[in-house]
Amino acid sequence: MPLIAIEGVTKVYHLGEVDIVPLKGVSLAIEAGESVAIMGASGSGKTTLMNIIGCMDRPTSGTYLLDGRDVSKAGPDDRAALRNRKFGFVFQSFNLLARTSALENVELPLLYRPGVGSAERRRRALAALDRVGLTDRLGHHPSQLSGGQQQRVAIARALVTDPAVILADEPTGNLDSASEKEILALFSQLHAAGITVILVTHNPDIGAHAGRLIRIRDGRIVEGA
Amino acid sequence: MSFWKIFVLAIRSLLRNKVRTALTMLGIVIGIASVIAMVAIGQGASTMVQDQINSMGRNIVMIWPGAASSGGFSYGGGSSTTLTVEDAEAIRREIGSVRAVAPVIRARSQIMYGGQNWVPQSMMGTSPAFVDVRDWNVRDGSFFTEADVASANKVCVIGQTIAETLFGSDSPLQKTIRIKNMPFTVLGVLDRKGTSAMGQDQDDVVLAPWTTVKKTLQGSAFSNVDQLLASAHEDTARAVEEVTALLRQRHRLGEREDSDFRILTMNEMANTATQTSQVMTLLLAIIASISLVVGGIGIMNIMLVSVVERTREIGLRMAVGARGRDILLQFLMEAIAISVTAGGIGMALGVSSAWVISGVLKWPAAISAPSIAIAFAFSCAVGVFFGFYPALRASRLDPIEALRHE
Repeated sequence: MPLIAIEGVTKVYHLGEVDIVPLKGVSLAIEAGESVAIMGASGSGKTTLMNIIGCMDRPTSGTYLLDGRDVSKAGPDDRAALRNRKFGFVFQSFNLLARTSALENVELPLLYRPGVGSAERRRRALAALDRVGLTDRLGHHPSQLSGGQQQRVAIARALVTDPAVILADEPTGNLDSASEKEILALFSQLHAAGITVILVTHNPDIGAHAGRLIRIRDGRIVEGA
Repeated sequence: MSFWKIFVLAIRSLLRNKVRTALTMLGIVIGIASVIAMVAIGQGASTMVQDQINSMGRNIVMIWPGAASSGGFSYGGGSSTTLTVEDAEAIRREIGSVRAVAPVIRARSQIMYGGQNWVPQSMMGTSPAFVDVRDWNVRDGSFFTEADVASANKVCVIGQTIAETLFGSDSPLQKTIRIKNMPFTVLGVLDRKGTSAMGQDQDDVVLAPWTTVKKTLQGSAFSNVDQLLASAHEDTARAVEEVTALLRQRHRLGEREDSDFRILTMNEMANTATQTSQVMTLLLAIIASISLVVGGIGIMNIMLVSVVERTREIGLRMAVGARGRDILLQFLMEAIAISVTAGGIGMALGVSSAWVISGVLKWPAAISAPSIAIAFAFSCAVGVFFGFYPALRASRLDPIEALRHE
């Protein structure tokens, strides 16, 4: 059974009288432990697909089985819990809380997990920061860190919940090439450690890095389904 | 999320923006401080008026001569001469609800001792019952007696102000002062009574037997009085009724005739004064409450700005697993933390400014526990009320839209 099984998924947004259809029937299966790159031009629907995979959004039609469970009809609170337990998000613009230490940023997702006390939260955050090699920057605020370091804090934040899947949307889009290499190496490490990594990008070099390449164009998968 | 986690989260968010948080608090601080100070000062003024009125003596009934008239022409209040010392005697004898009654005959004259002279604000001829009626005891020496009244002895009792003015640190007892150039022996010095409700120094007083004042100082053979002071046991209303009936009978007034005297109890004056100060307190509290509401709107304003400004943060929190409810509680908690902290600061400020103002104005500040409790509850309520709408807006954000927000 695949970890992620998407069948005939469409997404329609109503903007006034105009309907925007970023996904026009997508079917896709991703096994646990895979390393996948979703590639497409801007406006191709790749971000919408990632939002649906990450339970940020619901498909208009079609089914989405996550670990065998149909989550395409899950309500907002259920999806919040799924995001907290199954996924770790990494964004192009890092999205770290300003004026907040690296450690506290990493602890953040555990705040929303019931039954995790402050001692455990700290222990797990330290472990996650250790995995990304930032144990010497615990008390630093995002403004005191370089772009590459900020993205590593964000990856630690994604790892702290022990997610099944890391979802990264253009994770190196705001970085110089040296930092990009570091971050991609980090993803490779995580993949090697058994985590499913899904990268969304329009950069072919990064796409080539992944074990499997899925190309999307005009809301349809054209390669790699 | 547990209450404690939400609380810590809210406090951390607020500390990230210290200046803004402090400025947001300012409205509530001023609101709560002014409510507490205003109520304390208002109630203090009320207590002071009450004390001053009580200093007149408990359950006191005052009777004044009415206006005499002749041929439809009134000579004005107090011109009637029908209220007499004999009336006082009759009241004492016949009315059980009255504890004591004393006549008051007012005089005004210079007094002298050694090389100094002084004109007391109040010089009264009365009887020994005055002590009971006014609840006003002699501190040193003794009051004059009925025998002094009967033989119109030239003796007197003086108030603290006069004792201090004329005698300084010497004892005035058994010294001779001159009133209208006649020698009076000082028998006693009265307790300090302080300022009256009318702002008069009650201790600037000379008391002498009414007979002495009437005959010796005024050269009058009549026994009409300027005022009768009676003290009722408990039921002042009944005493007023009975005294009125007795005096009307003694003055031979027909049923349709107006009374030739006026009668008033201290309770009525006290009630009027209390009502006045209660209305004042209420007005002050309302004005202060308005500033509290303005402060609350300030919180709402800042919280709304904060929600917009922190849209990405909200989106991120939702992405990592916060439910709408968690976001709602976080922002609500921030608003409550602001208003409660501000309430606490406001309370401290209100209490201390009440002290300062009462010190400067020499008013007692009645800082009441209920007013503090109400102010605190109110500041919590302001936080919930004005924080709810911004928090609700935050909780209803779409995580995808929120993360895309610039």
